[in-house]
Amino acid sequence: MNSANIGNTVVKPKGLVKAKLSRDDIIMRGGMIVIALYLVISLVFPLYSMFSKSFSTFQYDLSKFEVQISDDAGQFSPEIASLQNLNKDLKAITDEELSTGSGGRLGVTIFFPDFSFRSPVMYRIRNVDGQGRFLVGSKLMTGTDWQELDSNTFRRVQLRPVRSTGLSNFINYFSTPALFKSIQNSIFIAIISTVITVILAFWFAYALNRSCMRFKGFFRLIAMAPILVPSLLPGIALVYLFGAQGVIKGLLFGASIYGPIGIIIGSVFFTFPHAFLIISTALAISDARLYEAAISLKASAWKTFWTVTIPGARYGIISAAFVVFNLVITDFGLPKVIGGQFNVLAVDIYKQVIGQQNFEMGAVVSVVLIIPAILAFAIDRVVQSKQVALLTARSVPFNPKPSSRADIIFTIYCGLVGLFIIGMLGICQFAALIKFWPYDLSLSLNNYQFDKMDGGGWGAYYNSIKMALLTALIGTCVIFFGAYLVEKSSGFKTGRAIFQMFAMLPMAIPGMVLGLAYIFFFNNPENPLHIVYGTMAILVICTVTHFYTVSHLTAVTALKQMDSEFESVSASLKQPTFKLFSRVTVPVCLPAILDIAIYLFVNAMTTVSAVVFLYSPKTSLASIAVLNMDDAGDIAPAAAMGMMIFYTNIFARVIHLILSKGVLRRTQAWRSSN
Amino acid sequence: MKFNFGFFKSLTVGSLLATSVFADTELTVYTAVEAEDLSRYAAKFNESHPDIKINWVRDSTGIITAKLLAEKNNPQADVVWGLAGTSLLLLKSEGMLEPYAPAGVEKLDSKFVDGDNPPAWVGMDAWVAAVCYNTVEAGKAGLTPPTSWKDLTDAQYAGHLIMPNPNSSGTGFLDVSSWLQLFGEEGGWEYMDALHENIARYTHSGSKPCKLAAAGEIPIGISFAFRGAKSKAAGAPLDIIVPSEGVGWDMEATAIVAGTSKLEAAQKLVDFSVTKEANEMYNQGYAVVAYPGVAKPVEHFPEGLIEAMIPNDFEFAANNRARILKEWQSRYDGKSDPK
Amino acid sequence: MEGIKDPQSSYLSIKNLWKSFGSFTALKDVSLDIKEGEFVCFLGPSGCGKTTLLRAIAGLDLQTSGAVVQGGKDISNFPASERDYGIVFQSYALFPNLTIEKNIAFGLENTGRSKSEINERVSELLDLIGLPEQGPKYPAQLSGGQQQRIALARAIASGPGLLLLDEPLSALDAKVRVYLRHEIKTLQQKLGVTTIMVTHDQEEALSMADRIVVMNEGKVEQIGTPNEVYCKPETLFVADFIGEMTQFRGTISGKSLVKIGNTELNMVEHRFSQGREVSITIRPEDIIPLGAKLPAKSGKNVFSAQLVEMEFLGSFWRCKLKSDEFPEALVTADFSVNAVRRLAIEPNQILWIELPSESILAFDVQAA
Repeated sequence: MNSANIGNTVVKPKGLVKAKLSRDDIIMRGGMIVIALYLVISLVFPLYSMFSKSFSTFQYDLSKFEVQISDDAGQFSPEIASLQNLNKDLKAITDEELSTGSGGRLGVTIFFPDFSFRSPVMYRIRNVDGQGRFLVGSKLMTGTDWQELDSNTFRRVQLRPVRSTGLSNFINYFSTPALFKSIQNSIFIAIISTVITVILAFWFAYALNRSCMRFKGFFRLIAMAPILVPSLLPGIALVYLFGAQGVIKGLLFGASIYGPIGIIIGSVFFTFPHAFLIISTALAISDARLYEAAISLKASAWKTFWTVTIPGARYGIISAAFVVFNLVITDFGLPKVIGGQFNVLAVDIYKQVIGQQNFEMGAVVSVVLIIPAILAFAIDRVVQSKQVALLTARSVPFNPKPSSRADIIFTIYCGLVGLFIIGMLGICQFAALIKFWPYDLSLSLNNYQFDKMDGGGWGAYYNSIKMALLTALIGTCVIFFGAYLVEKSSGFKTGRAIFQMFAMLPMAIPGMVLGLAYIFFFNNPENPLHIVYGTMAILVICTVTHFYTVSHLTAVTALKQMDSEFESVSASLKQPTFKLFSRVTVPVCLPAILDIAIYLFVNAMTTVSAVVFLYSPKTSLASIAVLNMDDAGDIAPAAAMGMMIFYTNIFARVIHLILSKGVLRRTQAWRSSN
Repeated sequence: MKFNFGFFKSLTVGSLLATSVFADTELTVYTAVEAEDLSRYAAKFNESHPDIKINWVRDSTGIITAKLLAEKNNPQADVVWGLAGTSLLLLKSEGMLEPYAPAGVEKLDSKFVDGDNPPAWVGMDAWVAAVCYNTVEAGKAGLTPPTSWKDLTDAQYAGHLIMPNPNSSGTGFLDVSSWLQLFGEEGGWEYMDALHENIARYTHSGSKPCKLAAAGEIPIGISFAFRGAKSKAAGAPLDIIVPSEGVGWDMEATAIVAGTSKLEAAQKLVDFSVTKEANEMYNQGYAVVAYPGVAKPVEHFPEGLIEAMIPNDFEFAANNRARILKEWQSRYDGKSDPK
Repeated sequence: MEGIKDPQSSYLSIKNLWKSFGSFTALKDVSLDIKEGEFVCFLGPSGCGKTTLLRAIAGLDLQTSGAVVQGGKDISNFPASERDYGIVFQSYALFPNLTIEKNIAFGLENTGRSKSEINERVSELLDLIGLPEQGPKYPAQLSGGQQQRIALARAIASGPGLLLLDEPLSALDAKVRVYLRHEIKTLQQKLGVTTIMVTHDQEEALSMADRIVVMNEGKVEQIGTPNEVYCKPETLFVADFIGEMTQFRGTISGKSLVKIGNTELNMVEHRFSQGREVSITIRPEDIIPLGAKLPAKSGKNVFSAQLVEMEFLGSFWRCKLKSDEFPEALVTADFSVNAVRRLAIEPNQILWIELPSESILAFDVQAA
């Protein structure tokens, strides 16, 4: 009966076993395919559309036009000339000049050196085939019939370009100094802002984690406040603080806030919480044993700082730096409000698209902007994975010892940073309540009459709340369920790997680029999905996709902490996976699910860049209203609306807190019991 | 791009069929008219047409034009109401406008009506460039009030001047095209080169320079008279200056977007736009309207403004727009207010 | 319970199972039969494929090829949810947010049982595992051993035909482990459920299993009762893995003779041909100490050796002996405390030892 195989007889496996899928397997794979499809439609296809748009160029195709000229008596010679042949001899226009934008127009008289609009000579012009287009005055001619025109009318003929494919948009871009300068500008402000923010945030996090100063909870709250407002708001605050009528403009010693100074101060404000959170996490996990070792070696505080503290937190610092860099270089709201004549990439996209209707060039700038964004994102991912490795090491938490001098210095430092943050928000609220800054400083609620301003009025505010709620609800469901499927389903390895890749992609795509890509994809009449264009649905889809990655990672982290055998146990007990999901997985992950919901809500309230290309009159948003009111010069109402967003987000966070503390106390009873 | 959309089509047919039929007609109307005026127009229109609901899409001239061009193959708008004449000419040249002669169009001043028959667009009113001058801030900076465009190139105004970017603002473009018409192609660019030296920054919207001047952020804003009059009424210490060489202007005009599924309702709205009562409403903000004999003086409007309006060549402006903007961008874009 | 109840025929048959992960082959042609009600242990070092085999039986990670037949039914490609077994994992995998009762009741729901039937069954199971009062508590409120018993109760709640235990005791401390061994074995006998347990702990396997399947590098080395695998290992690996032993290289020199160096040893009859190179093993506890003086009536295989090292391990002394007869290795021998005291054995002493011929085993030489 012993069937042990002692000899080395090679037995080959035969008849591969093909798994019979259970109903749960089929449902889970189906679910994963549906969510992957969602990501393909909401991310991959639009980006593809944008890339192809960036290679879509416009050329005057001279071979598509034919002309005939009469003598002074109006008798046409039988000779038909194509404009291409005329240009061959005349060299009236170079090949380079033939490439243009979608709105390009070329006066036809340049091909006729003897042209005079008073001459009795008659002209005939026609398109060779259906592809040519020209204007007579402002009338579009697309047919191939001859148009007979007198000289005075002929000078009003303008050729229109035809679409082709090529690199000329990129060549054009890099040869336009004003545009090319934006790359330098963007990188410049991103680097300076990153250095300042990381240093400020490091010491703030250090004070909160490594000192015994008081009011830590208060300072922690203050540090997180900027996350609750759109990045435009610090710009508006800076106008009131340092603008021509600013309350403390003297601090700038005559320098203008409109420009790099404004962008950098504002960027520090709105990226501060991100850097603070990351560095704080890194400092929180440092190992006390290393400090004990340093003390036993009689190392000075300074040396300990450089040999223990900094190396311990280095991944956090690097990661924070790249996150801040990415936020600054892709931000559009702040340079828009306070940038003055200082052009940056994200704003260029907007100007190309909205200002000049040059969608192709907008796509080109988007491609250029994606490169540093993806690079920063990739480095951050690598660094963060190393941070996780540090976390798993067995370490003893560090407990700071009181030191009255250091604690006072840290309190003062945190107080100054807190004052900066509160001051920026406070001035906005103050300005919002002033009747007519700076000439009539009486208090009034005039600036809250949003319906009399551009931007969508109070309707925009309610739209924002609706959009944020929908984003939080739908986004949380889709993202958590997607993360569950990819984490907990069995087999289907390739599918899961592709899904993971899709889920990581949104973080590397700047909001402006995503919004623009959505125009290209969804506003295409051949695409049946264009029915969502201009609706609330496209705003929700875009926002969910834009903030997919962080939410997905939160969900995955929570799911990884769950025992990997739950699904096996459930299957062995012959219970549907859905029951396990609703009875165990969701309740256990409820804190993470609530975190995802609040993250999506807050970001949906404050986002500008992704939705600025996509809103419609019925779906204008509060953050867009801030942008538009500022743009129309209604800065105080813009500040008022920005603060409405702030209060709404605070309210949402309080609700989140109550839910976390209250409802969770019941559902998470098992956690505390031990 | 070439997707095979067949699959999606089958997916969405169901939802298309499910779209409910509205009892009322809803018109999507793109407009660049100031937000605070829109509800008045809609209320008046609805007095006679309560069954037609207007959804305004309001943004600056440049953005609305961009939106319309972007949506060329998939128009979202049914009517364009109160958009710069130059922009409508641009749309016409793309074949995007539905020609229609509204009832009573013959009563309008002919320079406010498209030359074709039936006309592709009909004008409503004109808005006129002007300089907003903050007396308080100018006093602080020790400036003397300018009287002409040429004055603005004076060194004393360096850094005290803001104007809209013609690439995004209709007002900005009418300034530039008026200078090119007033001073000639070469002289126009020379003038702008000199002016550029004094400009603190270019703004995205046409009303912002005047609002900034009103708020004291800058002493002088090149904007338009209507905006200045409003800010002055709101209590801003503003003078509205009409430069002596003459001022550019543009009309606001209305047109039906070709391919609209709600042609009948759209025609009713355009019919309304040429009525006398509509023109009387335009007159609350505009000194010049299309219906002769309607215009009454507007509070705070500068004297002599109507006389100063130059004979504007709209076709020149429309057909040379791309070229002018490209030239402008290559010369001055380093100082454009980013949006 | 389902399936054919015939104690003689096999309840679970594994036929020619292969499993590969990419280029790595985790199971190589594994076949075995398990009888109804039997307690079988899969024993082997980590990475030997024992857990892979268990997961294939459970349908959690399907085999690449080969068949699994349970109760006469070919379930080779069945998903886990369509198979008939209960499983207990090393991590217990208790649902943390459900009470003990709810955990045990989890698999009883949706099976046509009424609420009161379920409650009855749950309290019956809680009694069975000796935790009758713990129902309303959460898993985190119980000790590791208690949690493991809950997991066991949950696995057997609906009366599966097969119970699978994946290293169920290895997360527990030594005392609890020994106690639970006994508990599980008793429970299994009471229920008569066919059970497979995966373990790397030979003591666990020897004390609990009816039969042990020793595995190595994805292959089955030997299947047998604990006594068989310990006393009659079929391969050098089994001999080496289970229990201690000293190993020599030798040459077959007769029907029951083997030569190590110049020394000839008597052993039991073997299957090797004359002159064949073999590995010779002897377990430390089989070596008999004879004392400093050679006793008058000594048997075969008696040698003198120097005691170079003595280590006290509580119930016995582990000694390393150096003998001129076997210069290639030190001989490991376990002497009882009693014997050491009686024979006054001391370190560095020259000692006579006997290697009983029935304890000497010969195996194929394996590549190191």
